[in-house]
Amino acid sequence: MSELTLVDAINDCFHVELERDENVMVMGEDVGRAGGVFRATAGLRDRFGPDRCVDTPLAEAGIMGTAVGLCMAGWRPVCEMQYDAFSYPALDQLITHVGRYRWRTGGNMNFPLTVRMPYGGGVRAPELHDDSPETYYVHTPGVKVAIPSTPADAKGLLAAAIRDPDPVVVFEPKLHYRTMRGEVPDGEHVVELGKARVAREGEDVTLVAYGSMVPVCEQAADELDDEASVEVFDVRTLKPLDEEALLTSAAKTGRVVIVQEAPRTCGYAAELAAILAEKAILDLRGPVFRVTGYDVPYPYWQIEDAYMPSVARVVDAARKLLEF
Amino acid sequence: MAQVLRAEWDLRRVIGDGEGVPDGEVEGLSETDLIELYRNLVLLRTYDERSVVYHRQGRIGTYAMFWNHEAMQVGSAYALERDDWIFPSYRESAIGLLRGMPPAVVLHWWRGHPSGWWNPLDFNVASICVPIGTHVPHAAGLAWGKRLRGESACAVVFFGDGATSEGSFHEGANFAAVMRAPLILFCNNNHWAISTPLEAQTRAETLAAKAAGYGMPCVRVDGADVLAVYESTRDAVARARAGDGPTFIEAVTYRTAPHATADDPKAYIDLERVEEEKKTECVGRYERYLRRLGVLGDDLVDQIRAEAADAMRKGIAEAEAEPPADVSVLFDHTFESPPASFESDLAELRRILGDE
Repeated sequence: MSELTLVDAINDCFHVELERDENVMVMGEDVGRAGGVFRATAGLRDRFGPDRCVDTPLAEAGIMGTAVGLCMAGWRPVCEMQYDAFSYPALDQLITHVGRYRWRTGGNMNFPLTVRMPYGGGVRAPELHDDSPETYYVHTPGVKVAIPSTPADAKGLLAAAIRDPDPVVVFEPKLHYRTMRGEVPDGEHVVELGKARVAREGEDVTLVAYGSMVPVCEQAADELDDEASVEVFDVRTLKPLDEEALLTSAAKTGRVVIVQEAPRTCGYAAELAAILAEKAILDLRGPVFRVTGYDVPYPYWQIEDAYMPSVARVVDAARKLLEF
Repeated sequence: MAQVLRAEWDLRRVIGDGEGVPDGEVEGLSETDLIELYRNLVLLRTYDERSVVYHRQGRIGTYAMFWNHEAMQVGSAYALERDDWIFPSYRESAIGLLRGMPPAVVLHWWRGHPSGWWNPLDFNVASICVPIGTHVPHAAGLAWGKRLRGESACAVVFFGDGATSEGSFHEGANFAAVMRAPLILFCNNNHWAISTPLEAQTRAETLAAKAAGYGMPCVRVDGADVLAVYESTRDAVARARAGDGPTFIEAVTYRTAPHATADDPKAYIDLERVEEEKKTECVGRYERYLRRLGVLGDDLVDQIRAEAADAMRKGIAEAEAEPPADVSVLFDHTFESPPASFESDLAELRRILGDE
């Protein structure tokens, strides 16, 4: 075990996985010489050479599109999208090809590509450096999606994504790249996709979250400590979802608040709420509440704190539910 | 070689017109090669003409014809080795036939049957790309990936004039150049993107001119001259294998058929020009060339046409005899490791369909 920041855990994962499998390569804007704008790929170019840590032209659809072809040539490319919202040009490739190509070949070819990107707000950045676009990806058939909330999971879920035979998109909470430290297993560390994590055990209400909203829920649980026993459920893999674990937690507490940073309408929380409505209705003692970003563009950073689901908003929703 | 490296705006031609323009020849092609090229042209022409009939008879769905595009497909594919990859758009749907793909497979595709979704590894022919130009980055990535592995294989990607307006064409071409990918970007410029004429697509003097922006050599070739297409592609392949990166080929032709069976070009196309272009269509032109050369006579023509017609008769019979796909195919291939929900979704579907 080593105590690492979240971004250093990602970097550690790369060093382990590129050493382990010579077919793994990293590609993206500024990932080589600069080691990535957040330093997630630092040291890889020197250690593994410019062909396995590739500074690409500034073209997100080109990165994702050539990665499809690289898979066909036997590579396992890991594409970095420099920021969440910079990935939108690549959605064309993701939707029309990445999620469909295996199906198109009758299952004869695998496309083991990984896409990873920093996501989310709270970092006082210019416009379009703050988005939470996970729903677009989750909604795309043929694509898996994971979002870690701790340094250990950041390493383990990325390793699982790199080793997975199918396309996986990993969103990394950039707010916590350097502000969160944690124990991370040394060497090979894989967190299986599709397995959720109970971050905190509780009896009265479950706060469901992923990525940067998990710490918010943990703080909310602290604040509610005198009033209720709060469970914090970390989704970890949005697709495939660990539905069984979610239903188990919902059955235990009977109350669920889902927290997401992304805008509300058709967000991932809506999917979870629908699953709970379909499969947990008799276990629930009240409505499923959502605490989300608003249905507006991610705002100017001077007022971004008002947009972000806060501890206060989560506590408020939990109290309403407890009093229902 | 030198010709490819220079931007030449005149179209490369080998085949003469039987009158004032003399016939040329391509070095290195034997009589067997010349006949094989003809056989391939006839095979694709027969596939295309029969498919239009099959569509009218309701035996295949919407179909994108490639009449008068055969020389571009045959000439370029003939310059490749079996290890080289082909990335077709829907306009090259039947190009796999040149790699031994049974006609029934392509007919399945146009019939919307899962059996038409071939295994690209069987033929080194990628899946048909329906959205315009978005396969250019795939071809660039594959070619780049082959180079990184030290393999000698190259790739050719086919797209039309309209595709050069797409962002993915640009990104793929630029990646190919930057990564020195052994790629041939083959543009079949037939002057029409459905109803949009070339002059509404670009202000560039030629499409080949775009190659300069990528630091990539280009060549313009008569797209209805199978020998000129072959020679141009062979030069580009040699460059690719030598590690000199991609080449842009603009093959110029004219669309003499509708965009697809659902299209009626009478509303927008110059019908007189179409009739004029049909007189120099690529299969007849090559046939006349071979006859002038004295290597092709009526008997061989009849035999080759009969073989192709027979292959199509067998192909459509095979396609129509294919049993309908089981609904389980819905869930079969999306993931190597599918989610649990697929199993329960299929079970529920079977229950509702009553075929538990």
